[in-house]
Amino acid sequence: MTDLRRTPLFDLHMSLGAKMVPFAGYDMPVQYKLGVMKEHQHTRSAAGLFDVSHMGQVILRGKDVDAAALALEAMLPQDIIGLPVGRQRYAFFTNDAGGIEDDLMVANRGDHLFVVVNAACKDADVARMRAALEPKGITVKLIENRALLALQGPMAAAVLADLQEGYADLRFMDVATLPLAGAECWVSRSGYTGEDGFEISIPASAACEVAKALLADERVEAIGLGARDSLRLEAGLCLYGHDIDVSTSPVEAGLNWAMQKVRRPGGARAGGFTGDDRIFSDLAEGVARKRVGLRPEGRAPMREGTPLFVLETGGDAVGTITSGGFGPTVGAPVAMGYIGAAYAIPDQRLFGEVRGKRHPVRVHPMPFVPAGFKR
Amino acid sequence: MMKFTEEHEWLRVEGDVVVVGITAHAAEQLGDVVFVELPEVGTTVSLDDEIVVIESVKAASDILAPLDGEVTEVNEVLVDDPSKVNEDPEGEAWFFKLSVEDISSMDDMMDEAAYKRFIA
Repeated sequence: MTDLRRTPLFDLHMSLGAKMVPFAGYDMPVQYKLGVMKEHQHTRSAAGLFDVSHMGQVILRGKDVDAAALALEAMLPQDIIGLPVGRQRYAFFTNDAGGIEDDLMVANRGDHLFVVVNAACKDADVARMRAALEPKGITVKLIENRALLALQGPMAAAVLADLQEGYADLRFMDVATLPLAGAECWVSRSGYTGEDGFEISIPASAACEVAKALLADERVEAIGLGARDSLRLEAGLCLYGHDIDVSTSPVEAGLNWAMQKVRRPGGARAGGFTGDDRIFSDLAEGVARKRVGLRPEGRAPMREGTPLFVLETGGDAVGTITSGGFGPTVGAPVAMGYIGAAYAIPDQRLFGEVRGKRHPVRVHPMPFVPAGFKR
Repeated sequence: MMKFTEEHEWLRVEGDVVVVGITAHAAEQLGDVVFVELPEVGTTVSLDDEIVVIESVKAASDILAPLDGEVTEVNEVLVDDPSKVNEDPEGEAWFFKLSVEDISSMDDMMDEAAYKRFIA
């Protein structure tokens, strides 16, 4: 518990009555006074403000943005060269076995690339990028003097529009530099809740001011990591280290959509990234296990690690839950996990073993709730 | 008079049975309760048996039998509406009633003032 790092909003969290927990080396709010359930529901119906400053913000610069894109693309199965100025894309670093080392967002901000990586992976990611990119003349700069806030929910755009022009004009996955409460912000219309929303990088010195300006709007509540987890789970989004990790290939994880055609077999810039042989064989031949959504039929949540069986008694496990809990918007438990590909069909009935007893659970399409993105 | 355990349960003697629930402090620490599994009526329980499962949005936890006895009644309302545990933990949201042969061990449990010091 020693040496936990604090985000620029630490004092604000305390003043809001947050319950703090250690997360990826940071002292982070897991919930505020509303509690996880109400925070979740508020985000789905109005707007929630999340402190995600623990995540790694990295700037990649070459002689121009194309040079940075060319170099980064060699590390990833994504189309970075073709990412237009002012646009952002979901990506992941892969390893030799075709597993996922981390997932990230890459934005083309005109004269540089802006990358956001997971907090727990940021040191490794920065080292990985330095090793691969610096020899190619690309500088890799971890930004330590900016906070990162996410404003998520169906009213997020209206809240921002009342404070500043420009925000509501962004489309899903657009990025821009816009002021907010007098600070220069790097904004993207994105998030990780399944709702419309924005991620806003703010100079650390102005972060509190901006957060307070947003919270002053009665449509906005502060939301902790607890609700962030249930929101992303209902949205069917992977949590790195749980639903995807070094041992899961993107094909097993159902992330084919995030690997653009130009990088796949037959594409103009096919392969050339770490683990391309394994990932291409997964694409061609199919995979033995797949990530699926799961809905327990009863009320008992099935959590991470719950083994899944075909039969109510006996037999070997055919899968494992990697994220699970109660879905406040669904009003029932929801989960995701990996199961044998033969069982990865909607409505397939399986049994999850909880406290020694097997309970029925069905394969269910994701997201569990409709997405609210503004495309 | 209510008595309290270090496991954050409250006990109240009602006629010849002991009513058991969890304290407001415990409910707050658990967070929003989403699932409750109760024992069968008629189950014989011993001190510290795990007899109730509570799952909150955060995690699963157990309620331990605070005394030796037999379960005479359970509060089925909590199975259908687990949020009652957060709304009224020390009233409506009792979990089970025990018939207990020897309630003298309750004498050693904390009273309200002692419990307040315990959680302070």
